Amino acid sequence: MVSFLEFEKPVAELERRINDLRTLSDAGDVDVVDDIIRLEKKLANLLESTYGGLSAWQKTMVARHPQRPHLEDYIGGLIEEFTPLAGDRGFAEDPAIIGGLGRFRGRSVVVLGNQKGRDTESRLKHNFGMARPEGYRKAIRLMQLADRFNLPVITFVDTSGAYPGIGAEERGQAEAIARSTQTCLQLGVPLISTVVGEGGSGGAVALASGNRVIMFEHAIYSVISPEGCASILWRTSDHAEDAANALKLTAQDLKKLGVIDRIVGEPLGGAHRQPTDAVTSLGDAIAESLQELQAMSADELRRDRREKFLSLGSAGVA
Amino acid sequence: MNWMRDYVRPTLRAVFKRSDDSEEVKWHSCKKCGQMIYRRDFVAAQYVCPQCDHHERIGPQERFDALFDEGVYQLIDMPRGMDDPLKFRDKKKYADRLKESRSKTDRQEAISAATGKLAGQRTVIAVQDFAFMAGSLGVGAGDAFLVAVREAIAENAPFVMFTAAGGARMQEGILSLMQMPRTTVALELLREAGLPYIVVLTDPTTGGVTASYAMLGDIQISEPGALIGFAGPRVIEDTIREQLPEGFQRAEYLLEHGMIDMVVHRHELRDTLAGIISLLIDQRRAGGDLPLLANASSGA
Repeated sequence: MVSFLEFEKPVAELERRINDLRTLSDAGDVDVVDDIIRLEKKLANLLESTYGGLSAWQKTMVARHPQRPHLEDYIGGLIEEFTPLAGDRGFAEDPAIIGGLGRFRGRSVVVLGNQKGRDTESRLKHNFGMARPEGYRKAIRLMQLADRFNLPVITFVDTSGAYPGIGAEERGQAEAIARSTQTCLQLGVPLISTVVGEGGSGGAVALASGNRVIMFEHAIYSVISPEGCASILWRTSDHAEDAANALKLTAQDLKKLGVIDRIVGEPLGGAHRQPTDAVTSLGDAIAESLQELQAMSADELRRDRREKFLSLGSAGVA
Repeated sequence: MNWMRDYVRPTLRAVFKRSDDSEEVKWHSCKKCGQMIYRRDFVAAQYVCPQCDHHERIGPQERFDALFDEGVYQLIDMPRGMDDPLKFRDKKKYADRLKESRSKTDRQEAISAATGKLAGQRTVIAVQDFAFMAGSLGVGAGDAFLVAVREAIAENAPFVMFTAAGGARMQEGILSLMQMPRTTVALELLREAGLPYIVVLTDPTTGGVTASYAMLGDIQISEPGALIGFAGPRVIEDTIREQLPEGFQRAEYLLEHGMIDMVVHRHELRDTLAGIISLLIDQRRAGGDLPLLANASSGA
């Protein structure tokens, strides 16, 4: 059962009516097949018009949808022989970032991503995908492992941000993020970063400074959450919707600004409606991006990344 | 062409400075202990309170004046970059906030940089100005950082960065966030050139600035008492609903937790920087390996 977002109420209503008719039809009481076909067509149109014109705030809701595919779906659907690797070798294992070895379409790779968790228990275990320094230090360790064995790195970013807590600060959250970003930029192997749900601030950059940055159609990527921005600039989080618009955090905005390279379309009504299709489309985009980078040497890959990020400034300053 | 900045504004400033004679500007009240300090003494003490040692926040000009030999330096020309790339507006237009900050600080952006000699060694120093939109890192500040690093490379000079910021500049959205990897790339170029990168963390340095170039120094120095962290104290308190321990996220706390090399009093800063730079570039200056044994040079 799909759970509905506020703006999807008309969709929910229509789906309920279709289900009711189906029940009637199954009971064999009346012939309602034509009605069902008509309503299903209407539903498709409604989904298309609703999802074709989502506002930045609505996209934020979709990006955070509790049923949106999560890391386990991407790993499950795209990575064979996944072998999780744990720990930062300094202090702890951070389950907010999962990483390991595996095979992507036949090719050995290192995979990293945020794990948000699905139910209360797993959300708590994975700290809602908010990493502590150890998560970033594990990421650094695995990226360097990839570099040594000439394996491409694929990251799946889905986090509201790095965890703001006493222990995290004490153990150098800022330094861990900075080094993780630096490691992304130093790699002599291809790094494909995908923002699949929320890309929240520095905690996302630390895994997303890749040769190619790919985003889902309804994913968001932002310097600060709309709520956080609103509470600072408008002095109340009630203005989150205004902040979402002002921040230009949608995949479409980011593509226009040259920050990301590619947008992957989602199934009608969002990735959570057809998770398998969404995962496959993303896999295709990753494969194509890897293909583009295949012939590049380590130096060329580094240069490619440098030029990409240096160019994200004023014209002529790079 | 910086005729406006280099000539007209200083002259205007000099005219207005005459009003400094009023009682109000003659005295400074320490923001920490409340001690009244004769302003001229306060300036001579590099804005450090003689009573409680509180290090007042200072801007680029004060830093440059105090650090470069005889106070002689050349400001590095900064490009006039893109303003307000997102046409951002909250309660107020970002374009107007920028304009205000520019007229208030007499500066184009939150980072200024200069080149000159520090104890005889050519050095590039960049300073983040908290008075300019909380020192926040946007495209313009990122441009300035990059230009300063390029200048250091061109002059074969060490790069010293004084950080002070609330974080990334929200009003530039994702483009401000992208200055984190962008400045990190700049540091890769500096590293490849074999030049030292020394960070001096000053009060306060938080957010995306701490989580990028502020924590990537070859040497990490902090001024006493500076607040340094990723998340701001209020955000943490709101998240964990607990009061924070005494001295949390202060320079001394970071030193204790192994996050920085040293905490240095402002009065010692110039000598410390000069000493570290001289030690780091020793081999570079000698142009190769120095003989460690007295007779090694005789070719034995």
